[in-house]
Amino acid sequence: MSLTLFAESPSIRTFLGKRAIASAISLVGLVILVFFLSRLTGDPTALYLPVDASQESREQFREIHGLNDPLPVQFARYMGDLLRLDFGMSIRRAEPALDSVLRGFKWTLQLALITMSLVTVMAIVVGSLAAFRVGGVFDRIATFCSLIAASAPDFWIAIVAIVVFSVNLGWVPTSGTGTVWHWILPVSVLFIRPFGLILQVVRGSMITALSSAYVKTARAKGVLDRPIIFVHALRNALLPVITVIGDQAAGLLNGAVIVETIFGFPGVGKVMIDAILQRDFAVVLAAVMVTAFAIFLMNLLIDILYAVLDPRIRY
Amino acid sequence: MTDSQPVRELPSKLVQLLRMLWRDKLACIAAAFLLLVICCALFGPMMLEDLATKQNLRGRNAPPFDFSKNWTFWLGGDALGRPLLARIIVAAGNTMMVAAGAVFCSLLIGTTLGMIAGYTSKLTSQIILRLADVIMSFPSLLLAVIVLYMLPASVGNLVIVLAITRIPVYLRTARAEVLEIRERMFVQAARVMGASTPRIIFRHILPLVFPTLITIATLDFAFVMLAESSLSFLGIGIQPPEITWGLMVAQGRSYLTSAWWLSFWPGLAIIFTTLSLNLLSNWMRVALDPQQRWRLEMSTQND
Repeated sequence: MSLTLFAESPSIRTFLGKRAIASAISLVGLVILVFFLSRLTGDPTALYLPVDASQESREQFREIHGLNDPLPVQFARYMGDLLRLDFGMSIRRAEPALDSVLRGFKWTLQLALITMSLVTVMAIVVGSLAAFRVGGVFDRIATFCSLIAASAPDFWIAIVAIVVFSVNLGWVPTSGTGTVWHWILPVSVLFIRPFGLILQVVRGSMITALSSAYVKTARAKGVLDRPIIFVHALRNALLPVITVIGDQAAGLLNGAVIVETIFGFPGVGKVMIDAILQRDFAVVLAAVMVTAFAIFLMNLLIDILYAVLDPRIRY
Repeated sequence: MTDSQPVRELPSKLVQLLRMLWRDKLACIAAAFLLLVICCALFGPMMLEDLATKQNLRGRNAPPFDFSKNWTFWLGGDALGRPLLARIIVAAGNTMMVAAGAVFCSLLIGTTLGMIAGYTSKLTSQIILRLADVIMSFPSLLLAVIVLYMLPASVGNLVIVLAITRIPVYLRTARAEVLEIRERMFVQAARVMGASTPRIIFRHILPLVFPTLITIATLDFAFVMLAESSLSFLGIGIQPPEITWGLMVAQGRSYLTSAWWLSFWPGLAIIFTTLSLNLLSNWMRVALDPQQRWRLEMSTQND
């Protein structure tokens, strides 16, 4: 594999540089938006101090948390701190905001990784088999199931699953973390939509690949069905699939907000929502940036995967 | 030569499309169901508003399938004894309105910006694309959650936020298509004949881009509906006493163990509607694509 060569080539460096700059611009836009919007929700002082707190203590609270200055000054100071990778302090927990966020992010990342690995493997296997006999029984069942899966609202599936599997059957706990059993419901619920969507793409892309000339050649040579599907066709069909997997992995964070709320999972989505409700601005901003950064890294990984899978692609 | 053989009159475009739809039974059922939902959304709120809000504490959490009662109670009653079926029909109004509003706005703005980005100078194009990048760099639902927690909750805000998060989809598609189409011969011919830029964009390029965009919009309608339901479920979308399907699921959540039907039926309504939209969009992808349409037309002639 020419991977080492690929990493050292100057074009990849300019490509990475360009991507980093474009992402940095997006990130700054996002930070500006969230910074000023979050200030609109009101003054944290009213939330954190008792109703009968004296004027002096209110002033003192604002002074400590830097809420006294005009907004542009606050923003400039925030951006300055950010350049030194200081994300500010959480008002609620009196710890660096980044710590709160990373603690939650660890959970979400695990959840996303487990779900996405399962989804990828299952969707590729089922999709390839369905594409092998288009219009067959297996294909029809798989297609219809994937459509239903792609149409299901995850919050509804989550609460129906809780009623059936936790309350009525008592197989798994309703919420929280701790044992392996706690992971089953959240992962299954998060699994459904990406599985349906990716399965459709795998199937479509595999149908194209299987009808191509090189597959016919391989078949004429007498190559067995299984190597044809999983070796010859799959590698060529994988590029569009990877795009969708990337999309869905980022979208998993969407679903995670809901699933984390319903299952009481201490992930980054829950951290973010709690922080908004408690006007803990530094934590909201840190959560936004950590999430955006993770997505940036993932997109980069996908671009590199493209080049690894398809040697014709060079940046 | 052509004079002696009378050309068979081809039926109009619409009739052709409807015939193609009739051939594909699944797509046909989906279209019929969507039509039903649209009727509910249009007329339901007018006709059943009173019925759906009238409380009847004797019928609290009335179980479903009790056919001795009024038909509106066939799916049971909610926690305040309001008939669920009537409420689902009325809620279709808000659910559809928010989704349709958001999809329409994002389609309109996204397409316009995309076509401008595809057809004008590099600088404008770059600015527009970077704006799309800002929106795309973050999960759309998460962004909507943040913004909606900070803005006061209202139908208008919900539509705006959902529309903004979906703009990049249309923008990128429109731009990519325009970039390809603008190099074709007929566009150059139009330019040579002195057609103005707006005329080229709207009269020559738009009709070719439109089918793709409509197909995406159908699919996106399902996505936006799910997003709105999720937001309403989280309590930051539509606020009571207004209702949507997502909100109904949320309201039924506290009675899950004693009255499952409160959350179950509205959720089923969401699934069926999104499923129909997905089926219809799959069919449209083939039917509206001139290069693939023969697959459907072939079967028309064979039968």
